[in-house]
Amino acid sequence: MTENIQQIEKSRLERIFSSDIWYSFSRNPVAILSFIVTVGMILAAIFAPLIAPHDPFNLAAIDIMDASLPPAWQSFGDPKFLLGTDDQGRDILSTILYGARISLMVGFSSVIFSMVVGIALGLISGYVGGRTDAFIMRIADIQLSFPAILIALLIDGVARGIVPKELHADISIYVLIFAIGVSGWVQYARTVRGSTLVEKNKEYVQAARVIGIRPATILRRHILPNVMGPVMVIATIHLAIAIITEATLSFLGVGVPPTTPSLGTLIRIGNEYLFSGDWWITIFPGITLVVLVLAVNLLGDWMRDALNPKLR
Amino acid sequence: MDLLNINNLRIEFPSRHGTVIAVDDVTLTVQPGEVLGVVGESGAGKSTIGNAVIGLLEPPGEMTGGHVLLKSEQIDTLSPEAKRKIRGRRIGMIFQDPLTSLDPLQTIEQQLVETIDLHLKLGEKKSQERAVDLLRQVGIPDPENRIKNYPHQFSGGMRQRVVIALALCAEPEVIIADEPTTALDVSIQAQILELMRRLCKDKKVGMLIITHDMGVIADITDRVAVMYHGKLVEEGTTAKILGNPDHPYTQSLISAVPRPDVRLKRFPMVNYIEAESERPKNIDLSTHWLGRHRDFEAVDGPLLSLKNLVMTFVTRPAFLKRNRVSFNAVDDVSFDIAEGEVFGLVGESGSGKSTVARMICSLYKPAAGEVNFAGTDLTKIKSETERDYFRRQMQMIFQDPFSSLNGRMRVMDIIAEPIRFHKLATSNREVEQIVNDLLDHVGLGARASVRFPHEFSGGQRQRISIARALATRPRFLICDEPTSALDVSIQAQILNLLKDLQEELGLTMLFISHDLPVIRQMCDRVGVMKQGKLVEVSATEDLFERPTAAYTRELLDLMPRLDQLSHEGLEVVER
Repeated sequence: MTENIQQIEKSRLERIFSSDIWYSFSRNPVAILSFIVTVGMILAAIFAPLIAPHDPFNLAAIDIMDASLPPAWQSFGDPKFLLGTDDQGRDILSTILYGARISLMVGFSSVIFSMVVGIALGLISGYVGGRTDAFIMRIADIQLSFPAILIALLIDGVARGIVPKELHADISIYVLIFAIGVSGWVQYARTVRGSTLVEKNKEYVQAARVIGIRPATILRRHILPNVMGPVMVIATIHLAIAIITEATLSFLGVGVPPTTPSLGTLIRIGNEYLFSGDWWITIFPGITLVVLVLAVNLLGDWMRDALNPKLR
Repeated sequence: MDLLNINNLRIEFPSRHGTVIAVDDVTLTVQPGEVLGVVGESGAGKSTIGNAVIGLLEPPGEMTGGHVLLKSEQIDTLSPEAKRKIRGRRIGMIFQDPLTSLDPLQTIEQQLVETIDLHLKLGEKKSQERAVDLLRQVGIPDPENRIKNYPHQFSGGMRQRVVIALALCAEPEVIIADEPTTALDVSIQAQILELMRRLCKDKKVGMLIITHDMGVIADITDRVAVMYHGKLVEEGTTAKILGNPDHPYTQSLISAVPRPDVRLKRFPMVNYIEAESERPKNIDLSTHWLGRHRDFEAVDGPLLSLKNLVMTFVTRPAFLKRNRVSFNAVDDVSFDIAEGEVFGLVGESGSGKSTVARMICSLYKPAAGEVNFAGTDLTKIKSETERDYFRRQMQMIFQDPFSSLNGRMRVMDIIAEPIRFHKLATSNREVEQIVNDLLDHVGLGARASVRFPHEFSGGQRQRISIARALATRPRFLICDEPTSALDVSIQAQILNLLKDLQEELGLTMLFISHDLPVIRQMCDRVGVMKQGKLVEVSATEDLFERPTAAYTRELLDLMPRLDQLSHEGLEVVER
């Protein structure tokens, strides 16, 4: 008997490989490519200290004599610096790797922040209904009538106003995560609310209520797992938006400080040298950003089509 | 000469899990003026045959064998353009849902005249006359004026008449009707079937009617073809198939149809479809967990007593109370259910029977009235913990087996949830043992526990639902249309199971259904509901033989008469 049960119980890996999602994925070269690019960039960012040829933040290792060197394949290029160096002699490739790290960290953190807030409010709004629902959804409507970037700028401004100046550099990254996170929760809340409204009238939820299960448990155990599909799609697309927002804010100078540059900061710094001919300082971080965001977006598009074509 | 010939038809649906043979070597003929019924359960391939004849097979389905002849002319090999000309002109179609078969943006006249003019080239004036004439033939009153209306201005039954007129408008030789009355109320179904039969005879049209409903078959067909798993298992005159079937599948199908005229002890011979669902009798209920600890206080008087129950739904919400518009879904309903009794609640959709059930198990809070269970008024209970004591005593089985189980949980966790919540077992080991025994007891086998709901069929899922409801060891079970989403043979199995469990465990039951024959098989007493009000409560046999309320008589008259059905092997409960 026990043997039989184990035979039926497929391993988790086997279930993934026999699923429709895997089938759709393995048939879609764009999805596979964008998955490889995304995962590759995430890994490169995580292991930046190991794979970066130089440490751009170790002041002792930077030599001002190496400043503004073009990429290695151009004349005057130095093979030590594959993508050239910036005005202070830092290796561009290394700063990109470290910069992507900051960008992805901010992106992921703010997506998780939005997701937690949005899912929680969406579940409550959909399940409780009535005035609670009306209140939460009106707040969402009000927030949607401002551009997300404006809200992020506002939060950043307020944070800078109330925090002592000497702490700005330390807290700026958390402010950034909070600002981007807050500006993104509405989409999750609305989607989750809609799915919750559908799910809560299904008979399995009523069966749980007949048993006596309390609302908090019903939401967590029964409704939450059933509304996660669309949330994962939104989260992927939101990740791309969050990275762009971070880059925009950093480009505008309200993001992370230049001492720990993200991709956006690098583009801003490089932008000042663009017209003096040092194009590589801004172009290479720019390409990295575009490729990363494009890959994540394509992955999200595929996921939307595979999981829920109605979200289009 | 045969009108329509389907010879050795074979249709395959290739998929990545292997090829599904939807129709396997099926041969059928239809004569002019004849109604041929194709009957079978879901997935038997009956609709696929209809689609293949009209050349509208859904991809990836393809005909891999046989041919279709219309008056000896092969039509399955024609070009898509030629097939399109045959559709509507020579073969008319009637589909299940009258709501979606008509274009909502065009008047009936535009749709009829366009079709007539396209196929018969009569010119506009003549086509209009013909359209009005057709509407008159299908029994639409005042056709000269009604023809200017849009589809939404007609009721469901009238709309299906318009669809029939549309199918008839080019004087087709054959009509294919796919579940033409399934979406309609019983009262309208009888009229539509009568109309279709009359038109068929008058105009010498051959009709292929596809249905799962034995009542439709008995009402309208001359001959019947029985499909099972893509194969044609038996064909013959309607009287022969219903009264004296040869094939074991047909016999089991016929024996599973609930009789309106007699009450059976159990449904016999229903194991043809899910043979593995035999229930092993290896649980001794006197010592097993499920039978032990039935530690409920004895009650004197009825176990459940509803007093003047009212439920109000707001139809137009407003911020201020006085601006809200509401209606009474349940209006002053009172009845008692004695311990060990099966009480039926019957009525059309929207009569408030499910609302009553939901008030009893506290899913809805009544606007007024009392729900007395074992001597306690449940509507007065304030604390959730106090209510849990009563929740454990009453459980509910729901209608839709596809939404009543959480698809993200394993069967083990689904059934264990109530046991864990009410702390009815001491260790995880014991919980698992109980779940496995419960699954065995409802005829699924313990192996089911590690699987997910989507791996089961509708009938098997309903068994899981029943096991979950039994997991609190309730004394009172509410069954809300437990079989209306199931095929007839599966329905018979589930009804048998519920009967057995009720006897073994001495359960008290509230059995809700719109289906009178099912009510007759299951219940001791019956309440009839109409628009939120209880119009009659009687013992079952009295209700069927000597109804007192006019509405009850009306409902009984609309029941399909299944007098021709074979009574062989049935064990009838004597009155």
